[in-house]
Amino acid sequence: MSPDLLKLIFGRLGFDSLPLHEPIVVGTFAVVALGGAALLGGLTYFRLWGYLWREWFTTVDHKRIGIMYMILGIVMLLRGFADALMMRGQQMLAFGGSEGYLNAHHYDQVFTAHGVIMIFFVAMPLVTGLMNYVVPLQIGARDVSFPFLNNFSFWMTVGGAVLVMASLFIGEFARTGWLAYPPLSNIGYSPDVGVDYYIWALQVAGVGTTLSGINLICTIVKLRCPGMTMMKMPVFTWTSLCTNVLIVASFPVLTVVLALLSLDRYVGTNFFTNDFGGSPMMYVNLIWIWGHPEVYILVLPAFGIFSEVTSTFSGKRLFGYTSMVYATVVITILSYLVWLHHFFTMGSGASVNSFFGITTMIISIPTGAKMFNWLFTMYRGRIRYELPMMWTIAFMLTFVIGGMTGVLLAVPPADFVLHNSLFLIAHFHNVIIGGVVFGAFAGINYWFPKAFGFKLDPFWGKMSFWFWVTGFYLAFMPLYVLGLMGVTRRLRVFDDPSLQIWFVIAAIGALFIFIGILSMLMQFAVSLLKREQLKDVTGDPWNARTLEWATSSPPPDYNFAFTPVVHDNDAWWDMKRRGYQRPLTGFKPIHMPSSTGTGIILAGLATAMGFGLIWYMWWLAAVSFIGILAVGIGHTFNYHRDFDIPAEDVIRTEDARTKLLAGAK
Amino acid sequence: MSTDTHAAHADDHHHDGGHAHGTFSSYMLGFVLSVVLTAIPFWLVMSGTLPSKPITALVIMAFAVVQIVVHMIYFLHMNTASENGWTMMALIFTIVMVVIALSGSLWVMSHLNANMMPIHQMSGMK
Repeated sequence: MSPDLLKLIFGRLGFDSLPLHEPIVVGTFAVVALGGAALLGGLTYFRLWGYLWREWFTTVDHKRIGIMYMILGIVMLLRGFADALMMRGQQMLAFGGSEGYLNAHHYDQVFTAHGVIMIFFVAMPLVTGLMNYVVPLQIGARDVSFPFLNNFSFWMTVGGAVLVMASLFIGEFARTGWLAYPPLSNIGYSPDVGVDYYIWALQVAGVGTTLSGINLICTIVKLRCPGMTMMKMPVFTWTSLCTNVLIVASFPVLTVVLALLSLDRYVGTNFFTNDFGGSPMMYVNLIWIWGHPEVYILVLPAFGIFSEVTSTFSGKRLFGYTSMVYATVVITILSYLVWLHHFFTMGSGASVNSFFGITTMIISIPTGAKMFNWLFTMYRGRIRYELPMMWTIAFMLTFVIGGMTGVLLAVPPADFVLHNSLFLIAHFHNVIIGGVVFGAFAGINYWFPKAFGFKLDPFWGKMSFWFWVTGFYLAFMPLYVLGLMGVTRRLRVFDDPSLQIWFVIAAIGALFIFIGILSMLMQFAVSLLKREQLKDVTGDPWNARTLEWATSSPPPDYNFAFTPVVHDNDAWWDMKRRGYQRPLTGFKPIHMPSSTGTGIILAGLATAMGFGLIWYMWWLAAVSFIGILAVGIGHTFNYHRDFDIPAEDVIRTEDARTKLLAGAK
Repeated sequence: MSTDTHAAHADDHHHDGGHAHGTFSSYMLGFVLSVVLTAIPFWLVMSGTLPSKPITALVIMAFAVVQIVVHMIYFLHMNTASENGWTMMALIFTIVMVVIALSGSLWVMSHLNANMMPIHQMSGMK
């Protein structure tokens, strides 16, 4: 075939795009290919494809979508953590003239992929998954406001993850750091496909994130059960509402910034170039207008989880509910007023820097208020040290350290010394691991019995807990020290041999965390095997306080046979106290949304379009785009959108639960 | 889809604030206003009536803001009472965010421009 024709079909893609010269990548590919083949073969052998397609991939049930988000987050955690281990290994070895084992080209991709994956494809899916699962149950709703949109949002997030993963084996990923600052990310300095993978992975996933934000806001505002006024909502629902408001307000900024960057790269505009009036500083400014709210998007739901866990496991009403809500709202607003603290050193001058330094310090006040609320909730409570509570206490100790180093970094003169140093790296891992990751683990351990009907195994849970917590301190406290000594981030080799010991300690810490992650996977496996022993038939294994515990575990498709009526903040606690009896008769057919494959098809086409744009396969991009329009319009003619669960089915499900409850007594 | 899906559910809800609905005359009024508000800026640019370009640009932007308000009132049916005040709240929040992002960016970028841009590039850009 002629080179022109090949170019037309494959764009930039050729055999030399495959990273065959990187033995590590080839090895990884072999393992992934074998594992993937085994998985696909197993699914085919056990004839699970039909089941997966009907019951999971096409489902519009918020509970199943929530669980799929969690699985995505955990799978991507393995990838992101593999990157972390590689970096720790490289930095531990590359001393005294040693180049380590990663070349610069590979190492730069590793640290970029680590950041992108951990934020967008680990933390975001974990947080979104928990919100998706829990919020409708907590407010007594049957599903989210737009169930089909929810399915579509999930698959768009998967599409972004697929593009990032594809970059490992086809071509390369960005070598720019996780925010892809220009001019480095412009076409002149990054002519390869790496930054394009970055752009389109985030754009595809960003559609999903924004739509799921709109969906959850709508759900919380419109579908609360009777009696649940705003100030009677559970705190997790409140923090979810604020998080989704932040998503809807900030993600469009990211979309626009990346669109402008792609215009620079694809059609030669000069928004962020060095020449012709372009300003790379504008990119930094705009991306942090999204980027700072993003960290609160991640941590607010975690605050909500800790609030639920603390009051449940202290056996007390949450201390200062109203102040907790106001603190959340204040953080929501303030998170928009601090973005410049990410680039104090860019040269805005004293007045601008002091304004943003002060707003940053102010944001620690509502956060501190929350910390005291949790402490006062525990005060004189009968605390049960179950796994969710252990993660919460680890959070409280760890997050306070991270918060204080954050206030330290908020002082502009101090930031001039510490900017882009390992001190900063230690700080944000301190708050993201200590806050978001511990929060997600607390949430997983807390709500797992709700989702699957059995508790998680405590032994392996505690193994995971102790390895994670000690691993965290071992891995990141040395980075604070190194940062104070002036070591900057993203370095590949080091001259000063006296630094090596700290990197060795950090690498050991990373290994501890690795054991923690393996223990967590072990915890899932062991719990699955011991599910009869760990079984909970009551639906309320923790003697908890909010509505999601009023229904069975796992909840029926329709969540609640009758919409509950709420009189108190701790609705379920209040119902238990007043001797609530489950209704046993009078069930009616329940109107529910039908499953549809449109979401996964649309997301698949969007991913293909992204792939086409990355490799300049214009025909693929055009065909996929037309396909998206056609399928989208076609879906509007789908009139089989809903069905009724017959009253007999509801009676059967509810009677089965009545028997189980009677047996438990 | 949502209202259908939750038809059974919606019975339990209170829809006091509810949706506002337009009438034929309100839609016509909105349509005429938006056409007029589009035509005037076109005429300003094409005829060059105003003395300077910056003034023209400012006037067009003013018309654009009025246009947004017209759309919100006549087509999106926004008022202080719709959806129990949630629409108004969302609007206020949006305005606050947009003002923060725009004014903040202008402030930050003007300082960066003054402090960081090399002199020769400044003259080259004019």
